[in-house]
Amino acid sequence: MDIRTLKRLLSYCSPYLKYLYFALFCSIMQILFTLLTPVFIGQAVDQIIGKGLVHFDLLFQKMIWIMISVGCAALFEWLVMRTSNTMTYAITKDLRVRLFSKYSQLPLHDIDSHAHGDLMSRMINDIDLIGDGLLQGFTHLFNGLTTIIGTIGFMLYINIPLAVIVTVLTPLSLVVATVIARKTYHFFQEQLALRGELSGYVEEMIGHQKIVKAFGYEKYNQELFEDINQRLYVSGVKSQFLGALANPSTRIVNSIVYASVCIAGSLYVISGRMSVGALSSFLSYANQYTKPFNEISNVFTELQTALASASRVFYMLDTPNEVKVTNTKVIPVPQGHIQIKNLTFSYEKNQKLIENLNLEAKPGEMIAIVGPTGCGKTTLINLLMRFYDCRSGSISIDGVNIMDMEREYLRSLYGMVLQESWLFSGTIKENIAYGKEASDEEIIEAAKKAHAHKFIIHLKDGYETLVSENGSNLSQGQKQLLCIARIMLMQPPMLILDEATSSIDTRTEKQIQDAFDTMMKGRTTFIVAHRLSTIQKADQILVMNHGQIIEQGNHEELLKQKGLYHHLYYSQFDLAQK
Amino acid sequence: MWKKYIRPYRFQAIVGFLFKMTEAFFELLVPLVVADIIDYGISSHDSQYVIKKGMLLFALAIIGYCCALVCQYFASLTSQGFGTYLRRDMYKAINQYDYENIDEIGTPSLITRITNDVNQLQVAVAMIIRLVSRSPFLIIGSLIMAFRIQSQIALIFLLATPLLALSIYIVMSKSLPLYEKIQKQLDRVSLICRENLSGMRVIRAFSKQYQEKNRFDEAVQKQKDMQIKVGKISAYLNPCTSVIVNCAILLILYVGGLKVNVGSLTQGEVIALINYMNQILLSMFVFANVVVIFNKAYASYKRCEQVMEVKPSIYNGHYQKGEDTTNVISFQDVSFSYQDSKALSHISFDIFKGETIGIIGGTGAGKSTIVNLIPRFYEATQGQIFINGVPIQKYQLDALRKMIGLVPQQAVLFSGSLRENMQWGKKDATDLEIKDALHLAQATFVEELEEGLDTYIRQGGQNLSGGQKQRLTIARALVKKPEILILDDSASALDFATDAALRKALQTLNQTTIIVSQRISSLIHADKILVLSHGELVGIGTHQQLMKNCKIYQEIANSQFSKEVE
Repeated sequence: MDIRTLKRLLSYCSPYLKYLYFALFCSIMQILFTLLTPVFIGQAVDQIIGKGLVHFDLLFQKMIWIMISVGCAALFEWLVMRTSNTMTYAITKDLRVRLFSKYSQLPLHDIDSHAHGDLMSRMINDIDLIGDGLLQGFTHLFNGLTTIIGTIGFMLYINIPLAVIVTVLTPLSLVVATVIARKTYHFFQEQLALRGELSGYVEEMIGHQKIVKAFGYEKYNQELFEDINQRLYVSGVKSQFLGALANPSTRIVNSIVYASVCIAGSLYVISGRMSVGALSSFLSYANQYTKPFNEISNVFTELQTALASASRVFYMLDTPNEVKVTNTKVIPVPQGHIQIKNLTFSYEKNQKLIENLNLEAKPGEMIAIVGPTGCGKTTLINLLMRFYDCRSGSISIDGVNIMDMEREYLRSLYGMVLQESWLFSGTIKENIAYGKEASDEEIIEAAKKAHAHKFIIHLKDGYETLVSENGSNLSQGQKQLLCIARIMLMQPPMLILDEATSSIDTRTEKQIQDAFDTMMKGRTTFIVAHRLSTIQKADQILVMNHGQIIEQGNHEELLKQKGLYHHLYYSQFDLAQK
Repeated sequence: MWKKYIRPYRFQAIVGFLFKMTEAFFELLVPLVVADIIDYGISSHDSQYVIKKGMLLFALAIIGYCCALVCQYFASLTSQGFGTYLRRDMYKAINQYDYENIDEIGTPSLITRITNDVNQLQVAVAMIIRLVSRSPFLIIGSLIMAFRIQSQIALIFLLATPLLALSIYIVMSKSLPLYEKIQKQLDRVSLICRENLSGMRVIRAFSKQYQEKNRFDEAVQKQKDMQIKVGKISAYLNPCTSVIVNCAILLILYVGGLKVNVGSLTQGEVIALINYMNQILLSMFVFANVVVIFNKAYASYKRCEQVMEVKPSIYNGHYQKGEDTTNVISFQDVSFSYQDSKALSHISFDIFKGETIGIIGGTGAGKSTIVNLIPRFYEATQGQIFINGVPIQKYQLDALRKMIGLVPQQAVLFSGSLRENMQWGKKDATDLEIKDALHLAQATFVEELEEGLDTYIRQGGQNLSGGQKQRLTIARALVKKPEILILDDSASALDFATDAALRKALQTLNQTTIIVSQRISSLIHADKILVLSHGELVGIGTHQQLMKNCKIYQEIANSQFSKEVE
């Protein structure tokens, strides 16, 4: 067991220490009273000896004691449950909040290099498992330990040799349980792996059912599926059977202890060294004694899982944040004069992506970035917005190096519309006013400028329409129009735009185009361009391929170079001519 | 459905059940034996008797254990077999789904159903065999035993047992719906988290981290409050039941005391009664657990049943081949509605052998719908489609789809080697055939790959670029050497030059080709272009003809070419 992770996990309990102490106290009290009850019941039984030999006065006295101890045990048990619940849920909430704020401070590189599903599962599943582990730990571990110690104490108090029998025999069940657990571990792993294989297969094949059908692969797939399914069956029977062994196996140990106590105890009673009532309390102890052992071994498995999850969460928490900038320069009246000098950048150290890039964008100019998909256009955007930092060289805006500005400030200077429009689940109005608090009039004004007003008012709830997760109730083009409206509201001095490729219908595309044009007026713009007309209008064109800027200049200059741009341009032009 | 999948294992299930009962029966005997020891062995100071009865206790334990093992084994066989059959048939059912069926339930949900839900059911089947027989049997058995000892005292049992059941029921019925709510709130938490991960760039660009954090905090806070509320309710369960049981024990002591005093009951019997009372409490808890498992399983059961009940609306014909006509595809007054909204109305056109046809139109114009109707992914709601002169319903689905090579909009490859992926088109395709197809599809990059055709493609083709994937999916369709090749907007990630080279290569083949696109440049050479708008066919003809007489086509063209180019 990883002690350091455990310690660290426990350190998250420190704000709730008073709860923890209270829970421990209640737990001890609960166990004490729970264990006292059989003693009183045994003493009560001793007052019921036989015909005419029932001592009612003493019996009533004992019954009152039973009542008190049962009541107290119940009360303390309730308190234990409440406090440990409160504590656990508070801790998991804290962890989620911390992890979330970590996610929002991590450099984008760290977000991009993990699958989103993985980050999500750390946030949801792992923290859930930690919660389960903690709850088990708080309620059962301590409880179990106190019960064991308490029971041994009480048993020793009643009869020493009998107590020794129970204490020696019972740990047997722990041994049995561990042996079984070790044997089955391998089978469980195998079963888990097969389950993973099966669901992976199903995911791939059902997810792309259309292609499966188009190629008539249904029968073949069924065969493959049944093969995995059969293997899962064989492994499933084995691991389920072996896994289910633990319960009866510990139970038989328990029964043996019980029988032994019964025989030895009875012989003691016969020889007059013990009362019948004491025997009865003893038997009920022997009956419950193995329970905490089982519980503790369960807690250990749960804790093991929780710690594995915790280390995954801590790994993320330990990843360093985006470096904060201390000197925070601002530009009084931003003009949008961008200078890039000797810029070099690479994601991996030995694989240069951008090397020695120089570029000057005067206020109001339009810079088009051209190239096939995956050519690295987003890399440049990442650098301009400081989602990533360049390795050497500099980018400055109106003479101020962007490294000297706060990231938030720098980003506020740009308006960004990406091809994959991001909307959050809220109303359309909230989505437009995302960048800036605004009145209804301003929002409608912005939507009008973005040509979004018309389609919005045709929606059932107009501006109050709820955008479902990732905007699945809106078309691609509509989503992009909303993102444009968002920027229209902000009026930033510089823009980063990404023209849509094929997924938008031509009419909407025309509207988006018009909206882009309105927006670009007087603003320095970087645009990832797919359309010839846009490219021709640009003041400068960057041609990118395989992550590198290979040509740079305006339309005429680039045509004269007869390079990739020339080739791209004429392959399109050629077609249109015929 | 239960019956169908349990039936092959009914023998195993019954054996498991019986053995569990036997185990429970032996367990019930234990307090009686103990009472005997106390009443006869101890009171008559007969050590021999004690040891004899003690040995009986050992024997009971061992027999019980053996019974438990047998039961576990048969329970495993039954539940795993049940799950395996169920999964097999679910997959079979899903395999026969038509497109509409899949949309109805949704892919992610289908996956959870065939994996998690079946697992839940498996657990439930095993639990029911193991526990359902045991706990009610123990409860009833304990009651009967109590009656046998002393019927008046047994009335206390009759009073306490329903009270126990009631308190467990109340707590559970209050807390179970809350757990569902918590699950929903957790979904909300994960929604916000997912949104933030996918929109991280935008959020940072707007410097909205703080607001997003607040939104998230609010959601987790709400979840925490709900959890604590449930915790509050379920914390009552244990203390309540233990108070009830101990009150019953107090009553037993009192009444037992009275009875013993008049000699109608013995001390050992009082102890036995107390033991039975404790037994009932334990069994009650187990039973409550079974109820929870059963509840979950019932939800899963419903979800699995739904998968089986969905019946595809598309049935097989028996034609293997069409007639020899020049008219390869013919749409006659075809309309199609999807989920109550009209997607295509009254479309008629003919495609002749060897032609290249372009389909153009905005999103939602119905381009992909036309393409999906040809291999019968969907069934036309009205009108008739003919392929090679035969209505498509008359073909065997396999035969029909064999004629068609489809390159979907989304470039999808499967995990496996590049060769295996190419062989989707034709199972016994040789390397030469594959290389030919790759060449035609302009996928020359394969030659540069170190491992060539053996290159492993990760799920979804993550180790390839978009353009590479598209070329491979085109090659996959070409391996099939189809009569009809359909490119559903599937060259969007190719640069202009590759796109042009691809189209030139395709023209060297003699199949009929349908190209769906939003870009005129991709269709400009087609023999015929269909122009769609809002599900209607608004123009048909060559580029030149349409430029003259189709207003919508002109609009599209104007927005795509700048003036100089025209």
